[in-house]
Amino acid sequence: MAIFLNENSKVIVQGITGSEGSKHTARMLKSGTNIVGGVNPRKAGTKVEIEGHSLPVFATVAEAIAETGADVSVIFVPPKFAKDAVLEAIDAAIGLAVVITEGIPVHDSAYFWAHAVATGNKTRIIGPNCPGLISPGKSNAGIIPADITGPGKIGLVSKSGTLTYQMMYELRDIGFSSAVGIGGDPIIGTTHIDALAAFEADPETELIVMIGEIGGDAEERAAAYIAEHVTKPVVGYVAGFTAPEGKTMGHAGAIVSGSAGTAQAKKEALEAAGVKVGKTPSETAALARELFKANA
Amino acid sequence: MDLYEYQAKDLFAAHGVPVLPGHVAQTAEEARAHAEALGQTVVIKAQVKTGGRGKAGGVKLADDPADAQEKAGKILGLDIKGHITRRVLVTVASDIAEEYYFSFLLDRANRTFLAMASAEGGMEIEQLAVERPDALAKVPVDAIKGVDLAAAREIVAEAKIPAAVAEQAAEVIVKLWETFVSEDATLVEVNPLVRDPQDKIIALDGKVTLDENASFRHPAHADLVDQEAEDPLEAAAKAKDLNYVKLDGQVGIIGNGAGLVMSTLDVVAYAGEKHKGVKPANFLDIGGGASAEVMANGLHIILGDPDVKSVFVNVFGGITACDAVANGIVAALGILGDEATKPLVVRLDGNNVDEGRRILAEANHPLVTVVDTMDNAADKAAELAAAGV
Repeated sequence: MAIFLNENSKVIVQGITGSEGSKHTARMLKSGTNIVGGVNPRKAGTKVEIEGHSLPVFATVAEAIAETGADVSVIFVPPKFAKDAVLEAIDAAIGLAVVITEGIPVHDSAYFWAHAVATGNKTRIIGPNCPGLISPGKSNAGIIPADITGPGKIGLVSKSGTLTYQMMYELRDIGFSSAVGIGGDPIIGTTHIDALAAFEADPETELIVMIGEIGGDAEERAAAYIAEHVTKPVVGYVAGFTAPEGKTMGHAGAIVSGSAGTAQAKKEALEAAGVKVGKTPSETAALARELFKANA
Repeated sequence: MDLYEYQAKDLFAAHGVPVLPGHVAQTAEEARAHAEALGQTVVIKAQVKTGGRGKAGGVKLADDPADAQEKAGKILGLDIKGHITRRVLVTVASDIAEEYYFSFLLDRANRTFLAMASAEGGMEIEQLAVERPDALAKVPVDAIKGVDLAAAREIVAEAKIPAAVAEQAAEVIVKLWETFVSEDATLVEVNPLVRDPQDKIIALDGKVTLDENASFRHPAHADLVDQEAEDPLEAAAKAKDLNYVKLDGQVGIIGNGAGLVMSTLDVVAYAGEKHKGVKPANFLDIGGGASAEVMANGLHIILGDPDVKSVFVNVFGGITACDAVANGIVAALGILGDEATKPLVVRLDGNNVDEGRRILAEANHPLVTVVDTMDNAADKAAELAAAGV
């Protein structure tokens, strides 16, 4: 099973000929992802040779889908052109668009999200400004290193890339059904709640680890959702307890404004929903391991 | 990037939002000259990026140029919630019949924009939202359709703005939306939006936050950066394309990835509780590719901070392999030479960690201690910082 991405996923890369796109296409291929082609209107009709694969380049996402049956697009297009790339993916009604690009203006993200909604939510968007997702042993769509750990029974959802890697590393003895990096921008497609719902429904996932950070109220909303709808054990971590008010911490969304968005408020909301929350990544991993063993 | 009131009003004026004439002054003499030119009663307003200016004595009426000079002299240099006033806005005083509230902002939960409006302006919006929630209209805005006159009229009606000025308020709201979109703002707030005795709608104050991700399509926004007010270390880091925030502790932090660095700050603060209460001195995310040059730039910034007593380099090798990071650290220390004087605690994990640790062990630099876990490394860094305090 796993969520959003599995061994049957057929993946294309928008921006496959760029430096980031080709580098990560090679890494995804190495980790076993079924990449069936790429998109670049200026190089349509050519082939790119990556990791011993000869991949066709298409003019549009729609053409790539028609020719290959692709159902996932990973987007490495630079910020200036990212909005159009995502709109194109949505218009082609691809099932999943993973937007890796960092630095997309928030008005552009709001626009493509509104377009996705207006056209009936046919495309699940993950990101932008995210590491993508991996279902270890099955498929890897994005930039998460595939060699940290293998398949297992933990589902992980996180705003942060490197904290995702850190947590996968800490729990590498148990392994993961899927790990989803949803991104740290103020407006993102797939939310904690979407991933929690999918993990709850996924028979392979036995325990969920949720990583949040300061800013906004996504964690508080996720807590309310967990209290209502999630029966599987959930362990949480929130980064940024010591972040001062009014300073953006790397992610555009990670900012405490006034009393809103503090790590303490998020921790309290999660704990009130029955989530065990660690103070540090290692403590969080220890809590997860304990709960996993208790439920085994 | 948050703008000063005068900058926000310049943007408003450029997009046709009615504002009162005014000029910014950095000295009391300049304020006097502006008051003379305006030729009527003026308001002197402290230009600081925080609220509560009025209560702090940062907004004063002045009857004549001499009065303007005196009042400006009192306001310049004033500390308002930790912000030192270095500029004042000298603007025409307005008679006020009614005060309203208006803003466009991001609605993260609904992944769209939100208009907030109220016929009861003037007070802090957080207070209004708590005390009189029914008086604050919150209207979602479709990011594709935007706000045309019809949509603005709905907002005005929901906010219960009086009929006599409703049409005019709607027109102003359309222009504020134009400002919000065409400047790539994430916040446009007017508090108060006033109705004067002649029933004219005027933006008496302005608060604008611009999206720095959109700077590629707004070259003019670079001029709005207040270089004097920037922390010199933050400015130096920005010039090197480093994601750095100055904090007030003693342990310098370098890490890769925003989340991991935020987490590192927490772990160091916890460890500091056992070591004289030392705290993180900064946030510095060197991103995925920790090359020698990036590492050297990062270390250079952090070692240039006199508050720093020890440095904690916390890297999880994901895309970047740990051997590359280790080589980066060794090369950076080579580049910095005698400039590197403070102890460095390094924790590496992930991709090719054994080779990374081997490289650091072989280099055997007297300032570098390698510790194998994030928690233990934070403890060591805090201990070393406490020893230097």
